[in-house]
Amino acid sequence: MRLHATGSAVGVERTLIGRIATDSSNAEASWLWWNASSPPGDVSDCLGVITPQTADDWRLPVPLVHSVQQLDYLASGDVIAADPNGFVRTLYRKASPHNFILMTEQCNSYCLMCSQPPKPIDDFDRLQEHLRLIDLIDPETGELGITGGEPTLFKDGFLELIRHCKERLPRTALHVLTNGRLFYYRSFAEKLGAIAHPDLVLGIPLYSDVDSGHDHVVQAKGAFEQTALGLLHLDRYDVSVEIRVVVHRLTYRRLARLAELIVRNFPFACHVALMGLEMFGFVHGNLEQLWIDPADYQEELFAATEILSLAGMNVSIYNHQLCVLDPRLWRFAKRSISDWKNVYLDECERCDVRAECGGFFVSGTKIRSRDIRAISRG
Amino acid sequence: MTSTFSPPETYRPSGGYRLLPFRFADLGSERRLLVNEVGEHLRIRADDLESLVAHTLDAHSDVYLDLKARHFLFDSDSLAPFELLTAKYRTKKSFLDGFTQLHIFVISLRCEHSCIYCQVSRVSPDRQRYDMSAETASRSLDLVFRSPAQQLKIEFQGGEPLLNFPRIREIIEEAERRAAATARPVEFVVTTNLALITDEMLSFFRDHDVFLSTSLDGPPFIHDANRPRPGNDSHARVVENLERSRSALGHDRIAALMTTTSLSLQHPEAIVDEYLRLGFSAIFLRPISPYGFAVRTARTTGYSMSEFLAFYVQALAHILEINRRGTFFAEAYAQLLLRRIFTPFATAYVDLQSPAGAGIGVAVYNYDGNVYASDESRMLAEMNDHRFRLGNVHRDAYEDIFGGPIVRTLAASSVIESLPGCADCAFQPFCGSDPIFHYATQGDVVGHQPTSEFHEKNEFLIKHLLELEESDAHARRIFWSWITPESSS
Repeated sequence: MRLHATGSAVGVERTLIGRIATDSSNAEASWLWWNASSPPGDVSDCLGVITPQTADDWRLPVPLVHSVQQLDYLASGDVIAADPNGFVRTLYRKASPHNFILMTEQCNSYCLMCSQPPKPIDDFDRLQEHLRLIDLIDPETGELGITGGEPTLFKDGFLELIRHCKERLPRTALHVLTNGRLFYYRSFAEKLGAIAHPDLVLGIPLYSDVDSGHDHVVQAKGAFEQTALGLLHLDRYDVSVEIRVVVHRLTYRRLARLAELIVRNFPFACHVALMGLEMFGFVHGNLEQLWIDPADYQEELFAATEILSLAGMNVSIYNHQLCVLDPRLWRFAKRSISDWKNVYLDECERCDVRAECGGFFVSGTKIRSRDIRAISRG
Repeated sequence: MTSTFSPPETYRPSGGYRLLPFRFADLGSERRLLVNEVGEHLRIRADDLESLVAHTLDAHSDVYLDLKARHFLFDSDSLAPFELLTAKYRTKKSFLDGFTQLHIFVISLRCEHSCIYCQVSRVSPDRQRYDMSAETASRSLDLVFRSPAQQLKIEFQGGEPLLNFPRIREIIEEAERRAAATARPVEFVVTTNLALITDEMLSFFRDHDVFLSTSLDGPPFIHDANRPRPGNDSHARVVENLERSRSALGHDRIAALMTTTSLSLQHPEAIVDEYLRLGFSAIFLRPISPYGFAVRTARTTGYSMSEFLAFYVQALAHILEINRRGTFFAEAYAQLLLRRIFTPFATAYVDLQSPAGAGIGVAVYNYDGNVYASDESRMLAEMNDHRFRLGNVHRDAYEDIFGGPIVRTLAASSVIESLPGCADCAFQPFCGSDPIFHYATQGDVVGHQPTSEFHEKNEFLIKHLLELEESDAHARRIFWSWITPESSS
């Protein structure tokens, strides 16, 4: 499924963000999604009209984007942004449980396995678009992700965004993916805590029990120190944190030691996620350093999971197919891959536990464990 | 693309390392146990310890990384080791935050039992002389509510407190009024032999969320021998009234304590099995206290600490076997020590913490208005040694009782970080001190550790638990299950 498409814009003078409406009588200030071959009637109340039809001869009193292919899934309540050049981005899908705001493409780390490589561009002006999007999102949305790049690079803008979510979406759980490094500054953590968002979790990666290991993975000297202190500061100001560990050739050896570090130093983490490698972005270039067949680290993964679980911590395993996972770990495995990234192989058709299995990333089917096989429960 | 990334060497320290404070013990077989100030520990080879202190340990070795991650050494100007250590230290000592939380009311000294090890009770009909008066109760509550603690616990002891039930009722009702006015939660525990409990008492306890703590020494032939009462039916009454109390208050609202006598020493399994049979999920294996009547009757009940420890080891092995067979059943003292060994969390236990809890964690309001620093202090008083009397509820002010020379001396002489024999002990972060025990047994609040039964007991048990935890993966899982309710393996 594509989340963006290019059409032809008529009268779109600046980026226009709006909700999708499918009924012209109820489309005030919204983008009217129009599928019929003849133009809609009175659209003067609409923000604009968007259609898959070739409609350069329609004369409308509002902006029009036509010839938009592959966005047929758009439904009432979704939110799109249409640019003057006809580029249409889906910002929010009401029916999806996996909505997120990509806050920025900038990052202060440069992780060896980054799935979304950062770009050194100034995109701080995106904040207004994010705030506008939050106004338009359905307040009954269960969960919203905030991701990047590194969202906290917006500093006060990040705090403003969280505050705005609390105000407009008080019932929506917020899950922020951040490296936590900026919370090294205690006042930043204090300000975030003072917002007192009712359902906020910061997902923060930690890759080693020693600074040199972590700093190498994230390619930033001092990152471990900043993240470790950040975690302490966030706890001090009652901000919930989740610790996320990507398991690969550089992290699997000391995985159990890292689990011990978490139990001793960060027992307040509300969740620990042990995650398999996503075959995106930088991973391909660093494959030799990073790839290890998950079948070859099951012992380390089991030891780490047991340490966390015995200590009463809430631990999950993400991005691992059940056939590769030690059966003692199955109960920790979560189906974690977003709906639009997730696929299965032909082999999986014959598998008895497919329904419980997270499957593969679209991008993860080529390089895969030798242990992938259909499981028979018989 | 890889050229834009830096190799691991870029992130490694370059200038040697420095040590952080730790203590160590010899585990035999050329192995050493290293323990730091916050209880993080590591077993390493003796030659690695020598390299460590000689600053020649290889920075690429696993043992180096292990020691670094647990904060035994640091090798850069990163603040992380210090901030993490201080956070853990604050957490470990956070039991000190609230000042006196536990307030024990000796509601009556009278009892209809005449237990062979009892420190204090009197079989007497003289209410006037041995029961706490309404005025004493009210003055005691004044002091309880002067405590800055955010949570308060009031425990009723005796004698048999139920012999003065109307006073318990008054105190609970009044304490609830005062707790509501100061918006502080208050918890109530009644320590009772259960023999005299009535439906009226039970319905009051149910309405006021009162916990009960009873005594159970094992099967009838041990229990009734230890705890004589008219009719010699103590065990039968416990069993009968335990069931009544559980159905009135809820199964988990009643705990039991056992006291080990020389008769008990021969029957560790039978005692554990009796707790299991009666539906308890834990037992607290306690040696006899060296106070009161117990000292006077040492000839009949006395035994050495090493005999107790042999009994404990046998009972613990049996308990682990019960858990292996799939039934959750814990030993309370092991639970306390394991929490300290395995977790960064604080554990308050007034008789095993540093500084000790006497006065700063617990106070005892005696039936006669005298205030003592601990339960053991008032037991000494019953032997006419009033050394740990902090004052009297009718005559003395809160500041003088809780800020006076006795509380100060007890606290100052129970900081094990500075006590002779404790200061350099590897097990110190798991242990504590008990100045009143040492005063009672050795005539000195500091104590002489090499000859102290307190030291003998705690060092032995900590070592024993560490050995089991290391050598037996199954025991380790069981231990974890005792200290983290959510724990799963």
